[in-house]
Amino acid sequence: MFQGYLQIAIFVAVLVALVKPVGIYLARVFGNQRVFLTPVLGPIERGSYRLLRVRPEAEGQDWKAYARSLIVFSLLFWILLYAILRTQGIQPFNPEGFHSGPWDLSFNTASSFITNTNWQYYGGETTLTYFAQMAGLAVQNFVSAAVGIAVVAALIRGIVARSGKSIGNFWQDVVRITLYVLLPVSVVAALFLVSQGVIQNLSQTAVVHTLAGGEQLLAQGPVASQEAIKELGTNGGGFFNVNSAYPFENPTALTNFVEMLLILVIPASLTYTYGRMAGSQRQGWAIFSAMFVLFIAGVVVVYVAEQHGSPAQHAAGLHTHAFAGSTGGNMEGKEQRFGIANSALWTAVTTVTSCGAVNAAFESLTGIGGAVPFTNLGYSEVVFGGVGTGLYSMLLYVILAVFIGGLMVGRTPEYLGKKIAAREIKLVSLGVLFTPLAVLLSAGLASATDLGKRSLYAGINPSGFSETLYAYLSQANNNGSAFAGYTGFIQPNAPGNVDAYGITFANLLGGAVMVMARFAPIVFVLAVAGALAGKKVSPAGLGTMRTDNPTFVFLLVGIVILVGALTFFPAILLGPVSNGLSSRMFP
Amino acid sequence: MTGLRRDLTTGAIAIVAMTLALGLLYPLAITGIAQVVFPGAANGSKVSYDGRVVGSKLIGQDFKSRAFFHSRPSATEYSGNVTFFGNGGPNSVEVREEVREALAAYVKLNKPYDKSLTGEDVPVDAVTQSASGVDPHISEANARIQAHRVAAVRKLPLHRVEELISGHTEDRFLGVLGEPGVNVLQLNIALEEEAPLK
Repeated sequence: MFQGYLQIAIFVAVLVALVKPVGIYLARVFGNQRVFLTPVLGPIERGSYRLLRVRPEAEGQDWKAYARSLIVFSLLFWILLYAILRTQGIQPFNPEGFHSGPWDLSFNTASSFITNTNWQYYGGETTLTYFAQMAGLAVQNFVSAAVGIAVVAALIRGIVARSGKSIGNFWQDVVRITLYVLLPVSVVAALFLVSQGVIQNLSQTAVVHTLAGGEQLLAQGPVASQEAIKELGTNGGGFFNVNSAYPFENPTALTNFVEMLLILVIPASLTYTYGRMAGSQRQGWAIFSAMFVLFIAGVVVVYVAEQHGSPAQHAAGLHTHAFAGSTGGNMEGKEQRFGIANSALWTAVTTVTSCGAVNAAFESLTGIGGAVPFTNLGYSEVVFGGVGTGLYSMLLYVILAVFIGGLMVGRTPEYLGKKIAAREIKLVSLGVLFTPLAVLLSAGLASATDLGKRSLYAGINPSGFSETLYAYLSQANNNGSAFAGYTGFIQPNAPGNVDAYGITFANLLGGAVMVMARFAPIVFVLAVAGALAGKKVSPAGLGTMRTDNPTFVFLLVGIVILVGALTFFPAILLGPVSNGLSSRMFP
Repeated sequence: MTGLRRDLTTGAIAIVAMTLALGLLYPLAITGIAQVVFPGAANGSKVSYDGRVVGSKLIGQDFKSRAFFHSRPSATEYSGNVTFFGNGGPNSVEVREEVREALAAYVKLNKPYDKSLTGEDVPVDAVTQSASGVDPHISEANARIQAHRVAAVRKLPLHRVEELISGHTEDRFLGVLGEPGVNVLQLNIALEEEAPLK
């Protein structure tokens, strides 16, 4: 396992090294300052404002105006995406001649991509035109990511602002984040991925006559351009159904490394950005440390568990230890080129962030290994989390920790010199509790009634319950990874939506959960930003509780575990833990 | 109300402009560059034997003949256009039976050529389904066991087959990242070139 830990250590070292330079860059983008790309992209930025008829310098928005712009923008894009998904038959770039899927599936998919979830009931390569993938889904990979990052920029401005009610201009944030961050990195990453073997074409499915004399159909498409932003924007929706396990999405250990880095680089670097904008790097590192501890714990647990092998394999007489020329471990649902270590690392990376792209099959993880994605989602995506969403959700927990810490020591809670009053705490509580509530209600509805039964793969047992719980955890947290058995779409005569039908309950409930659990917290977060903007800052005194030392990190980690994980503890007992303990079912 | 109307106007312009720029211009420009600079990779890294394309070096194929190295088990019958996970659970009775049968079949197939082979020697990748269904690689241990069979059937010296295996083993990137894997299709093509069946 030394080799595996070495790979994990290298990944972590590169990630940590990127946090400062990328964090500084992001702070300059948020602060409307010059960056090294300004000479090239500045004219496009100014042209965009003219086109959109906004004058950002003159139009700072208060939180209500900011939220209204955000919601209108997202709603319009939802309608456009739904229309694209419903009109596949008349689209260009459709060499396979696909028609649209069922309407309820389109509802789910549109909701999924507008919310940065990228939950996939549909199978990419068998149901969608290249036009829908490019102009529909990949656009949302950019847009939903930019919206998430914009919200955290607005929240930071609110926390920092000493006067005025402005938390920035939404249109300017979306333009600058897309133009200076998401697009340039995607271009470079996409070309790199192609050079390594990720496909990028508009051809129809290739038919090859194999060496053994058979026939193999190879799906084609513009994969690399979508792959890059799918990781960078922590979206996660694969071009192919098996996502980044498929060699045309992720052909080598190197692409795997780069893709994992793309997933984590923005969420991790935003902590540095925060410290910089808040005027104290230590504040940023404190939050980074809390996230980092929880992340590493997950990586190690899933790696050890997967390296051990599964009860079914042991019962079958398979020896799962490593020996010369074999990695050993639970290779069911994993790829040889990644092995156990990189599959385990990816599993943790994709579930702490809201990415949800996978390079191994979650349903085939061991009981304990599979509990890690559950736990990570149970933290409500605050361990690095999605681009923007992770930090803004974590900042809610920080304010909560300040409040609880203040109660413990009997001081008025203050954060960065601003008093945390009843209004802020009410909004923070709503923001923190909304997502878990959505998960438990929807998973409960699907499990306690017959409505969810048709979606199950594993049947009515702990595995089936795990699938259900994870499906709603993943959708509510806007993650998108799956214990893939759970479905809302049946495609008997694949490919091409022939005789396909949707499971309406799963599609509509999932779609509604994704939309509510994305936009309700965003509104609460912006309201917190508005409440904090312009508050007086009192100088730190002897009695001020510090929020940049190890004690506070410890408190923060404790509260994340307490609120996040304990909320789901009973449900996790019924699913993955029962699964892990039932290994004794084999004599 | 004026604010809402302005947002609707700005939003409508924004969604059209962003769809054109990010949804068409970006992917089509990447496609254009990729087709010029990396045409082989951009079109699926296809490999040829005897002047005809026989597949992609990145996509595993089904081999049943004893004269070829066999790929890892697949849930999708090695489909390259309809992909899904096998979803074999850790405690599933079906998985236990599948692994048990795969293990027995693997030993039965290879033992006649490698007398000392037992179930304990079989590496995990040989009897577990890959994630993609088209894993192009097998482990080195898996290849070394199959080498006995392939060498005997093709009447090649064992050391020659082992040399071919080494020649088609993709090592860790920079000696560190990933796991070594033997590319099954490319190895089988090399075998056909060395000692054709017909």
